[in-house]
Amino acid sequence: MEVSAVRDPPLNARPLPLFTATATVALLALAAVLSSQTAQPASLTLLSREGRRPLPITLVADQEFVALDDLAAAFQLTVREEALGAITASYKGKTIVLTPDQALASVAGRLVSLPAPPSRGSARRWLVPVEFISRALALVYDGKLDLRKSSRLLIVGDMRVPRIAVRWDPLGASGRLTIDATPRAPSTVTQENDHLTVKFDADALDAPNPPLPAQGAQSLVLAVRLVDPTTIAVDLGPRFAGFKASSQPVDTTLRLVVDVLATQTDTAAAAPPPPPPPDVPPALSPPAFAIRTVAIDPGHGGADEGARGASGVREKDLTLAVARRAKAAIEARLGIRVLLTRDDDRTVPIDERPAIANNNKADLFISLHANASLRRTTVGTAIFCAEFDKDTAQAAAVGGTDRLPAFGGGSRDIELVLWDLAQTRHLGQSTTFAALLEQQLHDRVPLVARPVDHAPLRVLESANMPAVLVEMGYLTNADQEKLLAGDGFQNTLVQAIYDAIVRYRDAVAAGGGR
Amino acid sequence: MAKRALAIGGLLVAVLALGYAMFVALPRWTSRAATQRAGTVAPASVPAPPGRKINARLFYVAEDGTRLTSVERDVPYGEGVVEQAREIIAAQIAPVVEPLVSAVPRGTTLRAVFVADGGEAYVDLSREVVTAHPGGTLNELLTIYTLVDALTANLPAITSVQLLVDGKEVETLAGHVDLRRPLAKNLAWVQ
Repeated sequence: MEVSAVRDPPLNARPLPLFTATATVALLALAAVLSSQTAQPASLTLLSREGRRPLPITLVADQEFVALDDLAAAFQLTVREEALGAITASYKGKTIVLTPDQALASVAGRLVSLPAPPSRGSARRWLVPVEFISRALALVYDGKLDLRKSSRLLIVGDMRVPRIAVRWDPLGASGRLTIDATPRAPSTVTQENDHLTVKFDADALDAPNPPLPAQGAQSLVLAVRLVDPTTIAVDLGPRFAGFKASSQPVDTTLRLVVDVLATQTDTAAAAPPPPPPPDVPPALSPPAFAIRTVAIDPGHGGADEGARGASGVREKDLTLAVARRAKAAIEARLGIRVLLTRDDDRTVPIDERPAIANNNKADLFISLHANASLRRTTVGTAIFCAEFDKDTAQAAAVGGTDRLPAFGGGSRDIELVLWDLAQTRHLGQSTTFAALLEQQLHDRVPLVARPVDHAPLRVLESANMPAVLVEMGYLTNADQEKLLAGDGFQNTLVQAIYDAIVRYRDAVAAGGGR
Repeated sequence: MAKRALAIGGLLVAVLALGYAMFVALPRWTSRAATQRAGTVAPASVPAPPGRKINARLFYVAEDGTRLTSVERDVPYGEGVVEQAREIIAAQIAPVVEPLVSAVPRGTTLRAVFVADGGEAYVDLSREVVTAHPGGTLNELLTIYTLVDALTANLPAITSVQLLVDGKEVETLAGHVDLRRPLAKNLAWVQ
């Protein structure tokens, strides 16, 4: 009775609270609609035994959200707005509690943080950050949930979906195609007319499309493309003569190396040598685990200036200058490819820096920085390695070891490591390189009291190779600021880094490095 | 007629009261209840009993600039872990005079403290902790471990600390230290 009185008040009554509340709700809804009218990014692809289905993503203030309703439909959740203002999502008796203005969720009584609070989307649907899936839903859901944000994949259950990274290295007239599958997935390579077919023993592939940018028309390998969910094709150029494929495990990756051979084009008077038979490995294999690529990361850049000295030396300029010197010296004298995570003054997100090194299969990652202290007398160079607390290191082993069916029958163990904790596997080598670098710096530049230290530095944590961060000196000390900006000091630093890489390379080649 | 007017008036009052209860009082009450359900929350300010103090270790930049040094200070008593954590952080981020140097940027204020059941504390700071930060890996480490150690060294119930800025998770304070996870006590940064 009272409720109907509220809905349909007497004409002479002034239903102010109701009007105010209605107006407020309408305004909130309008604001929510307006705020959600930003660019709609591509949806997540939900991959399960039942097939693929899209899960739309909404972008709100640069944060990716998914609708709770969509998750409810996909995962049989019961979503309710509680009378107390909280939102609950229940799955088989386990409940996740969200509060509209809190970037936190209570998951079966355990508190987890989210990058943003839930948000109202269009049609008043509740939106939650995509991280809700991995941080909250995965804790209550029966099956495995593997959210791969960068490739916009959500893998449900025990699916074998290796990440595929393809690299093409022309080596003289021939070339080498490297195809990494992580976690390890065996593959078979067959030649069909003008292309090679690489078929993976997997349920699907997590690969960019195309996996390799198109190469020039004269290249031995013209392009690499996805032909079906588990197969890639390698289009071959007219000079193709044969190939030799082999695979070897590297950490959690199975690396397929396809050496592609070219026909001899010399038309000299001398009889051309017969083309090498396809089953003879070409003489272009560097020793296993040789250092072929070093990634150097000039810290900060663009809008992020980093620290600044009293006379105006900026950290972002200094790191770029030293990185360029190091690249020139190492490439010219060592023949090692040096990759810079930025080669100009631009903003590079912190997680993109190790990702560049990972995607290019760098063998060593060196992040360059300049330090700052609140005490102006502080001076010295310092080297940092990553640090993980015990719980995080254990989390890195989540998934730990899985048994997967092996190609050709049977099964075998593979190790799984969370991508953003990839460095946990390389800490020993990172410390080895840090110690070698300290030795090289020791008599050349002033060092801090504890030159090699460990800290939870984000740029190092997802580097899937030995990685260090070098704090070259203190911009907050007037003498060091002047020194750091000078050619002499920069050349000394570069020489020390160069010498450390040479020693590290020798240690690796001698088998002591890995 | 008067009786009819009285009845209409009575009904009007009932409608207004019900409206107030439904749209003003109930949402206030429920949002408060929901907030408390998500974790233990320190309200904006709960006054401690006047005059009662505890002795706490607070952390400041050491003379050599590369580590922290700890100083014993009286801090107002707070009822319960959350309130005590709030008092400790408030004392830790308060401006200091030479020879003490604080690694927490001046102007930083405390917005809230949450403590989860597992002993993880969430310390929500104002944006000055980022915008007024002078940069440098070392400064950033010292800022973070000042706050992490202030809670974990003084309150055994708190095992790790995650910093939030303006209510949100942040990648880093100044481009170096990973703040995606709660950080455990680390007295290696203290002399």
